[in-house]
Amino acid sequence: MKYLQRGLFATALTLGALPVAAQDAMTLDERVNTIFAEFTGPFVGFIFSSLPGTNFPWIVLWLVVAASVFTIYFAFVQLRFFGHAISLVKGDYSDPNDAGEVSHFQALATALSGTVGLGNIAGVAVAVGIGGPGATFWMILAGLLGMASKFTECTLGVKYRNEYPDGTVSGGPMYYMKKGFAERGLPGGGILAVLFSIFCILGALGGGNMFQANQAHAQIAGIVGDYPGWITGLVFAAVVFAVIVGGIKSIASVTEKVVPFMGLLYVGAALIILLVNYDKIGWAFGQIFVGAFTGLGVAGGFVGALIQGFRRAAFSNEAGVGSAAIAHSAVRTKEPITEGFVSLLEPLIDTVVICTMTALVITISGQLLVDADTGLYILDGSSIATVDGNSGVALTSAAFGSSISWFPFVLAIAVVLFAFSTMISWSYYGLKSWTYLFGEGKVSELTFKIIFCVFIVIGAAASLGPVIDFSDAAIFSMAVVNITALYFLMSIVKQELKSYSDRLRSGEIKKFVH
Amino acid sequence: MTTKLVIGLDGEGSGDRALDFAVDLAKRIDGCTLVVAYVIEWSPYSFQTAEENAQRHKRREEEISTAKERVVTPAVEALQAKGLEAKGIVRHGDVAHALNAICESEGGHQIIVCRSSEGGIASRIFGSSTANLVMSATVPVTVIG
Repeated sequence: MKYLQRGLFATALTLGALPVAAQDAMTLDERVNTIFAEFTGPFVGFIFSSLPGTNFPWIVLWLVVAASVFTIYFAFVQLRFFGHAISLVKGDYSDPNDAGEVSHFQALATALSGTVGLGNIAGVAVAVGIGGPGATFWMILAGLLGMASKFTECTLGVKYRNEYPDGTVSGGPMYYMKKGFAERGLPGGGILAVLFSIFCILGALGGGNMFQANQAHAQIAGIVGDYPGWITGLVFAAVVFAVIVGGIKSIASVTEKVVPFMGLLYVGAALIILLVNYDKIGWAFGQIFVGAFTGLGVAGGFVGALIQGFRRAAFSNEAGVGSAAIAHSAVRTKEPITEGFVSLLEPLIDTVVICTMTALVITISGQLLVDADTGLYILDGSSIATVDGNSGVALTSAAFGSSISWFPFVLAIAVVLFAFSTMISWSYYGLKSWTYLFGEGKVSELTFKIIFCVFIVIGAAASLGPVIDFSDAAIFSMAVVNITALYFLMSIVKQELKSYSDRLRSGEIKKFVH
Repeated sequence: MTTKLVIGLDGEGSGDRALDFAVDLAKRIDGCTLVVAYVIEWSPYSFQTAEENAQRHKRREEEISTAKERVVTPAVEALQAKGLEAKGIVRHGDVAHALNAICESEGGHQIIVCRSSEGGIASRIFGSSTANLVMSATVPVTVIG
């Protein structure tokens, strides 16, 4: 309550200062944007630098190779154990005596609430807007391969989590890096854990925060008319502050319950649009396949489509990034690998199903302008020209709006809720990394939470380009460290997989009768 | 042969009527054991934040401890004070399903519950816990009005 009172006092002060600030609003946004771009430029430049003699970013290759290696090393675990993963989520293998603990379904739903969101709505629009429909093909492929990355990291997340005497748990890459490396007698686990934690904090502030605030503002401004982004940022920051600092759990609780329904509503609306335009589905898939290998005139050709597809898939489903390992580590299970199986459903739901729906709707809607003579997309700079010049979430909104006129309003609510839900999830991931570096304690936690809220305002005020670049760079940096560790620890997962498979085959692991 | 009666309590005062009925019945039966059960409503398909998940095990232990302290242990002690053999069980889950599961695992012969104190739209749509128990139980159920 005292936090609420302080918050109200601070809000009153802020409102008092608004008339003065409003006169200078655009200047402030532009200033924030310029400073932000300059400050993050070198870091972003390094992460997205191309391989020598090519225009292919090394980080994309890093992710694709890792996902392919895990897929082959675990002999297509995402296909072989897909059915088993569904059984685990249904609770077929859950001990009734563990009722009341975190179930596989809950761990999956929590992790999904951190990934399903703007990446599926705005991120896909960015990918398709720049890389054309062909980017969707690479996005789906990245999603399917990414299932193996997710399986590896989440198994390790549960296996090496910390369980404290009071019953709470902390898990994630920093824990398996430190403990797993020590168990294998390998040096450097502690250093990797520290590096991962630093990048996770940056990722939490970037993709888990600024990108969300930025796109939520774009969506709201698209409905009510343009206004300074810092206003949206302040409102979001106040609500997030109330939840993560003030402990007003009811807001988070309501969001966590509403978000899944918004997700279903989104998928439902996309399905309706696809059904109504069923005659165009074949053509849209044709555009996706042809565009994947020819680019259909997009900047960078098929490589451009590939890069966009992989970039946005990684940003959306976070496979190999390590964030999901933090979320999944709270599950109650005696077999860490079971959470690995469950987690491989995440990229499937997030990328293969939801992202593909968004891409199909955008493609079918005709928002992307095509040259009637050549059949190639018309370029506007490095992006494909759109009917109203829209990009990002505005493009998705326009695509849905072309079939269901009122849907942009629902989408606006969904975007705000998704953004909020993702921010809450990432504030936790960032906090876990922060406390890993600086120790548990109220002052330490409060410091991170305040920084997190300040970045919401910056994110909402900055323009899309620098924010997306920084978001991607921070999240991909996590993947660099995490995947390095996964290569050294994947043999442990293989042992777990063999042991579990043998016991499952022999009948030692049985379904419970519920 | 021992007869086992499972008494489902909901933490409300109405549970006393179920206990009184069970005591009366137990006294008429030779070698009767009473199992006092309390089910904390919980679904494995609910949605929680990452922070709630991290603290779930701790919360679960606290919920079980509170239920034992406030509901089950006093009831068991009261039954034992009357010279009856009694034990208590606390579980999480769907009330109807969990009560029947407890009865099956304990080898119970009958479940005794009070009329449901639930109300509102949810119970009208999905049925009350008592109604669901009566419809799904694998042993006789006595509902005390």
